[in-house]
Amino acid sequence: MDKAVVLQLKNITKKFGTKVIANNNVSLDVYKGEILSILGENGCGKTTLMNMVAGIYYPDSGKILINGEEVVIRSPHDAFDHKIGMIHQHFKLIDIFSAAQNVALGVEGEKFNLKEVNNRIKEMAKRYGFNINLDKKIYEMSVSEKQTVEILKVLYRGADILILDEPTAVLTPQEIRSLFGVLRAMKEDGKSIIIITHKLNEVMEISDRVTVLRKGEHIATVNTSETTEKELTEMMVGEKIDLNIDRTEPVNSKLRLSVSGLTVKSPDGYNVVDNVSFDAFGGEILGIAGIAGSGQKELLEAIAGLSNYQNGTIIYYHPKKDKPVSFFHKTYKRVMELASQNAFKDENGNDIDLTKKSKKEVKELVNQEKVIFKEDETIDLKYKTPKEIRELGIRLSFVPEDRLGMGLVGNMDIIDNMMLRSYRKGKSLFLDRKRPQDLADKIINELQVKTPDTHTAVRKLSGGNVQKVLVGREIAAAPAILMTAYPVRGLDINSSYTIYKLLNEQKQKGVSVIYVGEDLDILMALSDRILVLSGGKVSGIVDARTTTKDEIGLMMVQSNKSEVTE
Amino acid sequence: MKKNKNTLKEPFVRIVKRDTIKIQYKILIYAIAIVGGLLLSGLISVLFSEKGLGDFFQSVYAGALGSERKFWLLLQNTALLLGTSMALLPAFKMKFWNLGGNGQVLVGCLAAIACMFYLGGKVPDSIIILLMFVTSVAAGAIWATIPAIFKAKFNTNESLFTLMMNYIAQGLVSLCITIWVKSGSGVLVPIAHGNIPDIGNKYLLPIILFVVITVLMYIYLRFSKHGYEISVVGESVNTAKYVGIKVDKVIVRTMLLSGAIAGIVGFVLAGSINHTISTTSANNMGFTGIMVTWLAAFNPLIMILTSFFITFISNGMVEVRKTFMFTNDSISNIVVGIVYFAIIVCPFFINYKLVFRKHEKEEIKK
Repeated sequence: MDKAVVLQLKNITKKFGTKVIANNNVSLDVYKGEILSILGENGCGKTTLMNMVAGIYYPDSGKILINGEEVVIRSPHDAFDHKIGMIHQHFKLIDIFSAAQNVALGVEGEKFNLKEVNNRIKEMAKRYGFNINLDKKIYEMSVSEKQTVEILKVLYRGADILILDEPTAVLTPQEIRSLFGVLRAMKEDGKSIIIITHKLNEVMEISDRVTVLRKGEHIATVNTSETTEKELTEMMVGEKIDLNIDRTEPVNSKLRLSVSGLTVKSPDGYNVVDNVSFDAFGGEILGIAGIAGSGQKELLEAIAGLSNYQNGTIIYYHPKKDKPVSFFHKTYKRVMELASQNAFKDENGNDIDLTKKSKKEVKELVNQEKVIFKEDETIDLKYKTPKEIRELGIRLSFVPEDRLGMGLVGNMDIIDNMMLRSYRKGKSLFLDRKRPQDLADKIINELQVKTPDTHTAVRKLSGGNVQKVLVGREIAAAPAILMTAYPVRGLDINSSYTIYKLLNEQKQKGVSVIYVGEDLDILMALSDRILVLSGGKVSGIVDARTTTKDEIGLMMVQSNKSEVTE
Repeated sequence: MKKNKNTLKEPFVRIVKRDTIKIQYKILIYAIAIVGGLLLSGLISVLFSEKGLGDFFQSVYAGALGSERKFWLLLQNTALLLGTSMALLPAFKMKFWNLGGNGQVLVGCLAAIACMFYLGGKVPDSIIILLMFVTSVAAGAIWATIPAIFKAKFNTNESLFTLMMNYIAQGLVSLCITIWVKSGSGVLVPIAHGNIPDIGNKYLLPIILFVVITVLMYIYLRFSKHGYEISVVGESVNTAKYVGIKVDKVIVRTMLLSGAIAGIVGFVLAGSINHTISTTSANNMGFTGIMVTWLAAFNPLIMILTSFFITFISNGMVEVRKTFMFTNDSISNIVVGIVYFAIIVCPFFINYKLVFRKHEKEEIKK
């Protein structure tokens, strides 16, 4: 291997304010023709460090050397002058332009000649094994194709050092494989590649060396061949950590939710959720896998009563078997309706016929808790708003994907966020902040939320702590169904495992847990069954204990392919 | 090794976020901004006249606090501005950008004057005053609720809609004056009927009324369930829907309240202060009130300070205009603008600090 050093960082320090030290005295070398992984938890300063190389930030102190010469990189433009290109996590492409137009956009010092651009890109694509249709518009592209365009954009500008920020986060296993193929080809060609990641298995697979950062500090740089996943994890977290998820067998699981033929239309008029049917049981975790944007969000929102769906039914099985009916959540009319369906029995288990009794008698019997459900009550959730669902006494908790934009209010403190679900209780015109205060204290204690106090705005907390507040609140409602969308996205390892543990606890309590995830390894380790969505359709429901990553990966892209052939 | 000097330069100035700032510094920043803004304003005024900087500050003081009458007037104007700002506040908290304060105050005014004009002398004043109150509140509320309904049902842009409602209100006032004033002078002489009796002196009523409304508004927004819903809707409509808040209902309900308070301002203007109406009766408070609420970061109690400050400057500038013999109020407007601007940039310096390039030569030596 050619050991020429192309990029050197020396004692780089970057602070945000006085308290947040994103990078402290970090030094590292990058060689020509190697793949270096920068590994670390979320918030450890990986991206900040690379942003300084790419000209987004400017270091407070320290030096950057390229080919042995000190340089000052004040803008992404400067970075390109030094042949450095970064592919960010969020793509920066123009939707209505074609791939080729996007690549050529903003390149200075040459005439815009699409034909020539096309030829050059084609030549590059051939050399590195890209598969891309240059005339395709960005809005028609999959995430993986968009990423390819971003990489081409950087290569087109002649970058020799490529930085990729979490490039595999949104790709399927198959797409990851082909990306890695491309990266290897570029490496052979003498490019230096830096991958920012927190996924260990990928680090082991693709990189030559690994640099581990923790809390802004450089912990170590090691050769991949001389280390293990376990060792790397310990370096990342700073302590020994048990990465096992303890999955128990579901015990006496009961049908809790039955969705059939559910279809949700997007504002543009196409089906984001397309004829989806599945059952969810108490005491199990149902994983939902799929490429980002395959209808996961819309499916959960439809169940939570947040969207008007076109077709289908959502039947909720209210866990009322052998429990008395009460007027707390039900009107007299509804009770009589159930009575006419022969839903009740008396304390001794004999049928009870309320239809022949007077209103007064019925009310007395119900108030004495002598009218008992024979079976779980079935409730159709169609067209019910979240408020109506709540008023029916249905304990449906939902941890949405957008934590600060939907689950919580970022600018409100923890107490006010605690009462989002419950502030309506009671007839008073004024708020009761006492109970939410107690709940906040309890959650902070039990889940070890790191916060100065309960009056801190939740947006000021770190991602993991925000999520603990949200999940804590949703679990505190003692749910019968707990839906979670990407509950560990952006969380550090410890917080992630806290969340997995909480979900498993809920499962063991008999809650029906629905877990939408993106990390297939975790989905397969945590769930009992996995439902795979592809383009809004269910492409299969598999047993998480016996399936393989490849099987799920294929199902994730299944119906997309059939659409293309149509 | 010889290097190109240029490539090694740090950026000249960088913006760095602060995480905390001591309250003393915060106050200091505001103080510097206000003093700086006033100094700059003074210099500009001096530039356009024969007078000196000393005269400028003396005139500002004289205009705002020069006599007992001016002192009370200052408080009364502050109270009216505060009242109008209180009308805007709940809407702004909900991120409903109500630019129609002027129109809402004006229709409130118009409703009261209409009662005075048509019923004056025919029914006892007490009944007229009661009717004035009810109709003013209703008129203000209707004026604010129309855009709210459109926002809730069709998601129309509330800023444009409320803004346009101002012009309709002005048109209505012109129309009524044309009908009422037979002489064609276009000026409605003050009506002697339906005048709200003074308490203490003739300035005190609005002062007490709007301070009470301010306190009530503080309690409403901070401690009531409605106030909580307003904050949630304002912060995130998605969160509101997620917890089952009916966003449409909250928008309409809040604008009813907002318009009703604007109506009260109109009622006071008509019944207690002017006893007449013109198209400019709202005195542009619907817009000045936006400054009051924003400068106070939507805190009703701090709004007492900001409305006082703004009234102080504008009353003072009236006097400056006289002593400096400016023929129109453009210089006054420039001054007020400069002072606003100085205050508006303060949050930037509170949240960020500027780091200038230093030790340039040393670094190159290394």
